Formats: sequence, structure tokens, C-alpha cells
Amino acid sequence: MTGSLATRECTTVNNVSGPLLFVERVKGVSYGEIVDIDLPNGERRTGQVLDVSDRVTVIQVFEGTIWIDNLKTRVRFSGKPFRIDVSRDMLGRVFNGVGRPRDGGPEIVPEASLDIAGMAINPFARDKPAEFIQTGMSAIDGLNTLVRGQKLPIFTGSGLPANKLAAQIARQAKVIGEGEKFAVVFCAMGITYKEASFFMRDFERTGALERVVFFMNLADDPTIERVATPRCALAAAEFLAFTHDLHVLVILTDMINYCEALREISTAREEVPGRRGYPGYMYTDLATIYERAGRIRGRNPPIDALPCLSRLMNLGIGPGKTREDHRNVADQLYASYAYGRDLRRLVAIVGEEALTDLDREYLKFADAFEQQFVSQGNEDRSFDRTISIAWDLLAMLPEAELKRVKVDFIRKYHPAYRQARAPGREGA
Amino acid sequence: MITGTVSRISGPVLLARGIKGSKMYDVVHVGADELRGEIIRLEGETAVVQMYEDTTGLKIGEKVVNTERPLSVELGPGLISSIYDGIQRPLTALFGKSGDFISRGISVPGLDRDKKWAFRPAAKAGDKVGPGDVVGTVEEYHIEHRIMVPPGIAGTIKEIREADLRVEEAACTLEDGTEIRLMHTWPVRKGRPYRTKMDSALPLITGQRVFDLIFPVAKGGTAMIPGGFGTGKTVSEQTLAKWSDTQIVVYIGCGERGNEMTDVLTEFPELVDPRTKLPLIQRTIMIANTSNMPVAAREASIYTGITMAEYFRDMGYDVALMADSTSRWGEALREVSGRLEEMPGEEGYPAYLPTRLSAFYERAGRVVCAGSDRRTGSVTVVGAVSPPGGDFSEPITQNTLRIVGTFWALDTSLAYRRHFPSVNWIKSYSLYLDGVQDWYLQHVSDEWRALRDRTMYLLQKEVELQEIVQLVGPDALPEGEKAILEATRMIREDFLQQSAYSDVDSFCPLEKQYWMLKAIIAFYEGMSAAVNRGIMVRQITGLPVKEEIGRMKEADVAKIKGLIAEADQRIAALEVEK
Ligand SMILES: Nc1ncnc2c1ncn2[C@@H]1O[C@H](COP(=O)(O)OP(=O)(O)OP(=O)(O)O)[C@@H](O)[C@H]1O
Ligand SMILES: [Mg+2]
Repeated sequence: MTGSLATRECTTVNNVSGPLLFVERVKGVSYGEIVDIDLPNGERRTGQVLDVSDRVTVIQVFEGTIWIDNLKTRVRFSGKPFRIDVSRDMLGRVFNGVGRPRDGGPEIVPEASLDIAGMAINPFARDKPAEFIQTGMSAIDGLNTLVRGQKLPIFTGSGLPANKLAAQIARQAKVIGEGEKFAVVFCAMGITYKEASFFMRDFERTGALERVVFFMNLADDPTIERVATPRCALAAAEFLAFTHDLHVLVILTDMINYCEALREISTAREEVPGRRGYPGYMYTDLATIYERAGRIRGRNPPIDALPCLSRLMNLGIGPGKTREDHRNVADQLYASYAYGRDLRRLVAIVGEEALTDLDREYLKFADAFEQQFVSQGNEDRSFDRTISIAWDLLAMLPEAELKRVKVDFIRKYHPAYRQARAPGREGA
Repeated sequence: MITGTVSRISGPVLLARGIKGSKMYDVVHVGADELRGEIIRLEGETAVVQMYEDTTGLKIGEKVVNTERPLSVELGPGLISSIYDGIQRPLTALFGKSGDFISRGISVPGLDRDKKWAFRPAAKAGDKVGPGDVVGTVEEYHIEHRIMVPPGIAGTIKEIREADLRVEEAACTLEDGTEIRLMHTWPVRKGRPYRTKMDSALPLITGQRVFDLIFPVAKGGTAMIPGGFGTGKTVSEQTLAKWSDTQIVVYIGCGERGNEMTDVLTEFPELVDPRTKLPLIQRTIMIANTSNMPVAAREASIYTGITMAEYFRDMGYDVALMADSTSRWGEALREVSGRLEEMPGEEGYPAYLPTRLSAFYERAGRVVCAGSDRRTGSVTVVGAVSPPGGDFSEPITQNTLRIVGTFWALDTSLAYRRHFPSVNWIKSYSLYLDGVQDWYLQHVSDEWRALRDRTMYLLQKEVELQEIVQLVGPDALPEGEKAILEATRMIREDFLQQSAYSDVDSFCPLEKQYWMLKAIIAFYEGMSAAVNRGIMVRQITGLPVKEEIGRMKEADVAKIKGLIAEADQRIAALEVEK
């Protein structure tokens, strides 16, 4: 791809359909290359080759096809894949969905220019991620522990709680003892202006912005741009992690809006839809963006404790990372809370009197769990605090119910035993 | 040499024009980088090619060269403990060549060419040998790697000797000059020949209670693990890969997360096989085509995997093959088919999806192997299925369901409750129960089937009772029914639940499994007898021995037997409350 000084040009935009441009009879086009599109009004847009044959080339235009005509618009093929300029100076800056500054600041001076598609990491070369990222939020640290290198995609039912949560995570997340070396790549797709200014204000007010790289695609920006946004964000994140050795947490919100963009392209290409009109390859596509997922829903309590499933959690917890009893305690909280929630449904029908004594204790537990563990407001909790609240909650249930916790751990950490021991002397 | 030129590129699919004389499934090399692809359709002089490597940057008019050979794998010493991509490129060697990321157009042979293996002949000059006959062995870790006469070859041995050989060197020569080398190749889309298929009479023992005692899969059988997001498919596949009683395990990470393969890579060398006490990695072959690797190679990966499995089966071994997830494989098929603008079937999947699925699962089986000694071997296939939204009515789940013998339905609501493995005991089933019954009666207990059926009866009864509870509350039930609910809670929590992360419980020996279930059912029988004499369930559940039964996972068989006797006494000693 080097040495091609003569960029090929042509004006034969033959067809425009949805976000796609059809160009006829261009020679030497390569699959996936980037094209510059010059509009009659002087504006320049970016597109990418989606399909190429000796007759027609199909181009998706990231900024949308509005104002593009099939007379004067010029298309220039770059011969290069989609790249984004990256640098450590991206921290504290705001970019649009394709990685151009949108905060009025100067263009960044690139340290490198990266292919946003990334390359397949050889599974043999992967390090097992392990460092525990503390977010200061019990429901996450205790139950959905995040780990270095994690990507946290957020799917919302929309609404502020999820945004608040995302902002709080971005603000508080840290690897204990590595304060300076932490960065957040925050990738917001299809958010409203109001939401965007909420994030900006929150990040500026709390000073979090200086360790955040913010990619922002607004609801009224072209949908199609979102196809590139998470990939730009990941390229930036990988750069910061690999080249600058930072601990990076990537927050992607709201992935639903990304899926919409995929659907739009698919429809324009007249592909056969899979479920609910989304293209069949959507799952594959999502998988290329995040290999690990936790889920957060915008409900009250803001984190629905049950469906949160952090796959990496297993690696980030336990002795030397958080604490030996962490997994057992998390499992027990999950199981007991789920049972308590089931009982609530039952109570609604048969009334509390019809329950057994034990079930009533579970009901109390579920309420306390939500109030003390899940809802914590703006507090930034240490992990020790989180797990000690967890034990206080579990102590509300009879010890025989705590089957998920090893007997040894009960002896060591259960408040009943701790109180029984003489103060100041840790048990043998 | 047959060549053509690229005339269209669309994602993983391209058209090659003028490639006259090509056959279906021929492997082609495209462009200066010689990217690999496979012909999947022929239309006149144009071939449709699915590309095993990323097509970004390819141009119209680039050269396509037909190798005139189908996609094949290399079979021979060196497979075990290797990790390959979907087309058998060793990832360790790729790492050596191109670092952390896999670049394109790299070609590395599947088997190490330089390594020497100590060949010990098992036949001598003058012996007549045919396909499948073992001419000698090499030691690969603790596995006796049998060097067999490849399919289609027969003759009289002219020369054979003990020597240290490289895989390409001849271990023996036949009179007609044919060399039998340590390795040979086999096209992945074609099942390897065997003599006959056998019935499934032996269970695959997995150390997982819900699988072994409740919904067993036979050696040579097929099982599917469908489940929504996060229900435990991967953990189940990995657990099976760890603890199944087979000599060889082939683990295919098909379109799933890269880190999960890293888990296998880092964990398996450290874990030991509870039966041989050797590191698990020394019986495992891994195939990784993770989500960010090209989709067409994903399509190929399950064939690459099962061909290797068949190869070890042919040596007379039991092999277990795990594929996580066959849905991603189906999606690869769909993506390629979509690019071809084929007439789509349900949800955009190609109409040939069911045929492809059954052809794949059909390659499982327990067989009398080729070769004159009539040894037997088996390939058991366990495929994870990831239905979008956990909805089992989608095409891959439905079509797989028609084929497999064991159905382990993972359940989202159980997973939310942290009931793992989240196997739904009402929806799941095994068609092998009758087939493996004799084995269980002989090796576990003549009570096994009765105990199992009793357990299932109680669990089904629980569903009915729960419906009543939803109307009147638990306290309104008669004591006899409360006893059932107590028993099923014990079955669920103290037997079915088994954490893959527990150091003491992730593998549970068969004998212990049996005694655990026995303890619960005996407790229930005791409880219901006591209730008949007027004892309240509350009195029984208050007994400390019940709490101890709840801790059986951390106990040994002797202790459990003791608990059974103790529970029996304590319950009998209870007196009716005034
Ligand atoms: N047998 C088990 N014992 C303990 N925990 C389990 C078990 N199975 C699953 N889990 C828990 O559930 C989580 C999700 O499991 P897993 O990754 O296997 O799900 P999956 O079905 O493969 O998900 P996906 O659809 O995203 O691939 C695990 O990280 C683990 O915490
Ligand atoms: Mg999985």
C-alpha cells in the first residue's frame, strides 16, 4: 500500500441508497480501503469499501449521504485501511465518532496511526487479565468485578440511572496502588445532547476528564458513523494500554445504538434480516468488539444485580487480588437475593403471613441488600467496605443457609464468629 | 496449474474468474500474499471462494491459484497439547513468526517437521498389512501414538526398523515401494473410514453429578448444551474437557472469546487428570478460531477438529470433542451464504443448515476401527449452542435438537439464581438411559435407575406443588407435601448444584455421586415415614444432621454413609409434638 502517490479519482457516483454509495468501473480498488468523498459544497466525508467487483464498488459513507449527488461529488480512493491517529495526548480530549476532535481543540499530534479493525490477537499470546479494577460501587466490585483490559458494554432501556452509573464508574475506577496509570476510554454512541452535556459537566466538575478519552457520537450525528466509533475507541484503548502501559477500562454506551447502525447498513444492502430486522451477523460483529461483557440495565435499583455477568470476574478475584472468600460471598449474595425476589412475587399473591419464618428472613434480606449494597449513591467504597457490608447482610440469614460459603470462611469472616473472638487477636 | 483472477470481493467471499477445471472444495491461494481460501461453489468458469484470511486490501484482478487439493489436516505425532487455528496452523509457531497478532498469508505446517520421535515397530518385514493396521508406535507424552497404515493402502512390509524419525520420514516401506510415514494427511470434510458402528453402551463419565447420574451421554454419543447469554455453556464445556474419562480431548473454541482459550491454555497444564494424575494438557488438542478471527476459518474449524478426533479414535481411543459454540459456526455459514445471495431459509440461515449439522454430528460414534485387530474407539461430541435471547425456537437449536442424544438445557433463571450447572432438570433429557443402564447397574449400584427415577419424580412433583404454593403459600401445604419440597430443595442445592470453581467439588467421583443422592433420597424416605406417624417436617429439618448433609460436597464417602445412618436414627427417635 506504499508508494502509490497517484490516488485514483473518479466522479462516477452512480447510485446513492441509504448510507451507501455505488461507484462504477474504478480500477484497482481494494477491499476495505478508505475513500475521501468531496461534496459539491466543499465538504469532505469519509467512506469505506464494502464490496468490490469489476463493475461496481459499494462504499459506506460514515457521515451519511445527505447532500451527496451523482453529478459533482468526487470520490477519491486512498488505498489505505481505516486508520485513526492516536497519542497519549488524547487523554482529556473529546472526539467525534470517527476520531476527529470535537472539543474545538487542536488536532492531536499522532504518535501512531492505527488500523481500527485491529488484528486478531493470537490467543496463545494473550495474557490472562488479572488486576482487579475497583469502581467503588459494591454491586460491581462485589458481584461483577471488573478486570484490567475489560470492555464494559452498556445496553440500556435508556434513562439517566445508567448514565449516572457510567459516569460514576468512569470517575471512580482505579487499580489499587496504580493511581496514575489508569485511563478510561469512554465511548458514547447515539446519546442526546442533554446526555452528552451531563457527561461533560460531570467529568469536568470532578476532574475525571483528564484521564478520559471521550468518543462522542450524538443522536443526531449520522447513524452510520457509529459503526466506526467503538472500533476507534478500542484502537485508542489498545494503544494506551500496549504502548503507554496504562490500565484501561473501556466503557461503551449505548450498544443498542450501535446495533441500529448495523441494521441500517444491512437494510440498505438489501440483506436478509435475522432477528428483529437486525442482520444475521450482528452477534459475530458484536463479538469482534467486545470479547467480555457485563450488562447493566437502566432500572431501579440502577444496577439489576441478577443479570450482571462479568466473565472476567473469575480471574480478578480471590486471594492476592481481592479476598479468598470473595467468590463464595458473591455466589451466596446472588443466590439468596434471587430467592428473596421470588418470594416478593409470592407475597404479592398470598400475603406475608402465608410464608414460613425462614422465608420472611429472606424477604428482609432482599430489602436490606438493595438498600445497603446495591443503592449507594455517590459514595466511593473500598473493597473491604463492600465485603464487610456483604457479610453483615449474610449474617441476617441462618448460618445453615449459607451453603455457598465454605465452612472455613464462615468461621473466619462471619460477624458472629468475629465478635466471639477476643478483640485485637485474630483467630488462629 | 489452474489459475484465475479475482472479479469480486465481498467480506470473506470472493469470486475467481476463469478458473477452469477447478473442483469443489479445492484450496486456492489468492494474491501476492497467497491468502488461503476454499472453493465452495462453481458456476461455469467462475468459482466462489470462501477466504480463511481477512480480505482487506485485496484487489480486483489479483491472481488466484488452485492448489488442486482439498482442505486437509496433517495427522501424526505432535498433535497433542497443540493449539491450532481453524485450518491447523499452530498458533505457537505463528506467534514465533508474527508476534502477538496473527498476520496474513503465513503458512506453517500443522506438525513440527524437525522434532524426532522414537518409533518402535509393532510389525515386521513380510507382514501383510491393510488400512488401519498398526505398524508401530511412538510415545507422545503418556499416550501411545499408534502409527497406522493410512486408509486406502495395503501390501506386504518390505522394511521396518526401530529409529528416531521425523514426521515426514518413512517408518516402514511396503514391497511396492509405498512409504508409510509417521504422518499422513486427510481431507477434513470427509469422515475417516471405520469398520462398523456400535451401540452406545458405555457412559462418558464426567464427574458432574447432573450429567453422570441424571442425564448421561454415552461414549460415542452426542450432546448439546444450549443456553442463553451467560448461562454457563463455556464453563460446562471446559469442565467436561477437564474431567471426562477419555484418553483424548479436542477442544474447539469456535467464534467465541479469545480469553477463554487462554483460560484453557493456562489452566490445563496445571490441572491433573484425576485418573492418570498427569497434566490435562497432555491429552488435549485445542483449536481456536476466536470471534475476531476470519469467519470462514471458523466454518472449517469444526471439521478440522473432528478429523483429528477421528484419527485418535482410529487408534482405539475414546475421544471427547467439545465445540463452543456451534451457533457461531452456523452464523459463519449464514454469513458466507448471505454474501453468495443464496436463497435463505429460516432466519437467513441457508437451507442446507440441517444437512450440514447432521453430517457433522454423524461423525460421532463408537466404532470398530479399521485394522485387523478390531480394536474399538469412540468420538463423543458435545456442542454448545447459543440461541439469541435464550430463545430455543431458533433454527440452530431446533435442528441440533433433532440430531443429538442428550439435551442439557441451560436455564437463564437458574443461572441468575447461581444454580450451576444451570441444567434445567425438567427440559433436559438423555436418550442413552436404557443403553447405559447395564453399565451403571454393574459399576455403580443396582439401585441406580430406581434412585434416578425417584429423583426425577420428586423434581417433577415439585413443579406441581410450586404452582399450588403460588396460590396459597407454602405454609398451607399438608406435611407430606412439605416433605417433598424439603427433599427437592436438598436435591437441587446439595446434589445438582456443583460449582466448577470449587476445589473439593468441581470433580465428583462416581461413587460419591451415588452416595450423595442416596443420602438425600434416604433422608426423604425417613422424613415421609416420620410424617406418617405424625411428626412435623419442621422437627426434622431442625435436626443438625440435615445441615451436615447440606455439607456433603466437602465430605468423603465414609462420612456420607455415616450421615445416612445417623439421619435414619435421629428421625426415628423423634417424638410427636403435643
Ligand atoms: N458450573 C459452574 N459453576 C460455577 N459457576 C459457573 C458455572 N457455570 C457458569 N458459571 C458462572 O457463570 C458465568 C458465565 O458462564 P459462561 O461464560 O460459561 O457462560 P456462557 O453460557 O458461555 O456465556 P456466553 O453466552 O456469553 O458465551 C461464569 O463466569 C461463572 O461465573
Ligand atoms: Mg461462552
